[in-house]
Amino acid sequence: MSRNTEVFVIGGGPAGLSAAYVAAKLGARTLLVDDSSRIGGQLIKQTHRFFGSSNRDAGIRGITIADKLQQDIKDVSDKLTVLENTAAVGFYHNKEAGILSHSAYERVSYQSAIVCTGATENSLAFENNDLPGIYGAGGVQTLMNVHGIRPGQKILMIGSGNIGLIVSYQLIQAGVEVVGLVEGSPAIGGYLVHASKIRRLGVPIYTSHTILKALGTDEVEGATICRVDEKFQPVPNTELDIKCDCICLAVGLTPLIDLFQQAHCRMVHVGELGGLVPLHDSSMRTTNPEVFVAGDASGIEEATTAILAGRIAGARAYESVHGKSPQAEEIVAEAREELRTLRSGSTGERIRWGRERVMKEVGEC
Amino acid sequence: MLKHDGIISNEELKAVLPPPARLEKGPVAIIECLQDIPCDPCVSACPVKAIKMQEGITDKPRLEFDICTGCGLCVAKCPGLAIFIINLKHTPGMATVSMSHELLPIPEKGQEVTALDRAGKPVGKVKVVRVINPPAYDRTAVVTIEVPVDQVNNIRAIRV
Repeated sequence: MSRNTEVFVIGGGPAGLSAAYVAAKLGARTLLVDDSSRIGGQLIKQTHRFFGSSNRDAGIRGITIADKLQQDIKDVSDKLTVLENTAAVGFYHNKEAGILSHSAYERVSYQSAIVCTGATENSLAFENNDLPGIYGAGGVQTLMNVHGIRPGQKILMIGSGNIGLIVSYQLIQAGVEVVGLVEGSPAIGGYLVHASKIRRLGVPIYTSHTILKALGTDEVEGATICRVDEKFQPVPNTELDIKCDCICLAVGLTPLIDLFQQAHCRMVHVGELGGLVPLHDSSMRTTNPEVFVAGDASGIEEATTAILAGRIAGARAYESVHGKSPQAEEIVAEAREELRTLRSGSTGERIRWGRERVMKEVGEC
Repeated sequence: MLKHDGIISNEELKAVLPPPARLEKGPVAIIECLQDIPCDPCVSACPVKAIKMQEGITDKPRLEFDICTGCGLCVAKCPGLAIFIINLKHTPGMATVSMSHELLPIPEKGQEVTALDRAGKPVGKVKVVRVINPPAYDRTAVVTIEVPVDQVNNIRAIRV
């Protein structure tokens, strides 16, 4: 079987849902596929209130933002088809892609594709890191906030970025004891208000520390952590054993980029954005003119910026099918201005550097 | 120090503490948000426009202490749970602290709970004097506890 669409959106997280909504709202026939059984991406696990601008969803819980986006796409259902439990498995030439559901493999002919595949979690090398009871933070959130299952009773968190801090807080809310949070850098990586929130509930924060090994033979029974020097080398005789039945790794994300490579998009490695990302311009168009990108696949950030970049990609993908449109231009201009303000200031520095590097490389193409 | 351990030091706290003369006048907000992060719901939450961000959304909020009425509407709106209302004029010798509380069980008015400092260390039993948890707060309850005056900037959480 084969399908035909004008705009083909891969991934139903904040970026993909926003891109599909805008493209369909402007009038493009749009197909969105997502490999999970419930669209919304990571938002469906985000029980905390979002930061950002009160003009766009700040102060609202992620789960509520997911509901809003799902409601939005219902309003454009005459133009938009959504396929859940369906993965995009390959790009072919002649603007064709393959999609796979539980029951069928199909070909999709498209005019523009928007790839919003998100990211995968990083792991960490340490002794015994394959013991049962060691999870990624996304896995913990899925168990806890989607399925209502506690991953354990006493958990040690590794990583003090926003994900490590927020998941620690959610674990406390779920009744799990967070026995400590370990961070290799001398300073906490995420927002300090999140750190204060868990600290005042009694979670010790071990900055300039690393995990040496997980303890236990059949399952996690504890962990050995130690202090590290300024070159992140373990300091002898500073080992500390901590009892826990779970270890949660929140040590960063890497953009999920296989589809871009299949689509012959030029890639660039930008550390600030999480690794290899497809080169793209400020319209979120990659070096393959039919392929756009938005969300974490274009560089690790967070949901609000993913929504805005998705809106830009959706508007531009519509234009590449139907020609220039003042409404599309307005959506792009508004989203660009919001992105600029969200990325300003000292906490946005790394992202700005990373984004500037991508833009510079695009200019040199 | 905040960026190393998540605990705001007394030195760091000075930047956001209301002047003594303002504290004498009754309830006032303390916004313990000391980092330039892209977030601004507190600005629009304030009905008297006492919270300002001069350099846009990534600026730190600045509270005009003399305009702030201590109404507390900003408390549940802060995604960082970083806003507290303190009232030194509660009763002679006793003050109150109001804070966001997102853990079950939600305490009830009159209940005795354990007060925690910024490091999560128990500092004694305190009485809950008010709990606000309307649907508009979307499951962030605002709990007010009665504390000794000298604990007003030390107690920042409760264990029910």
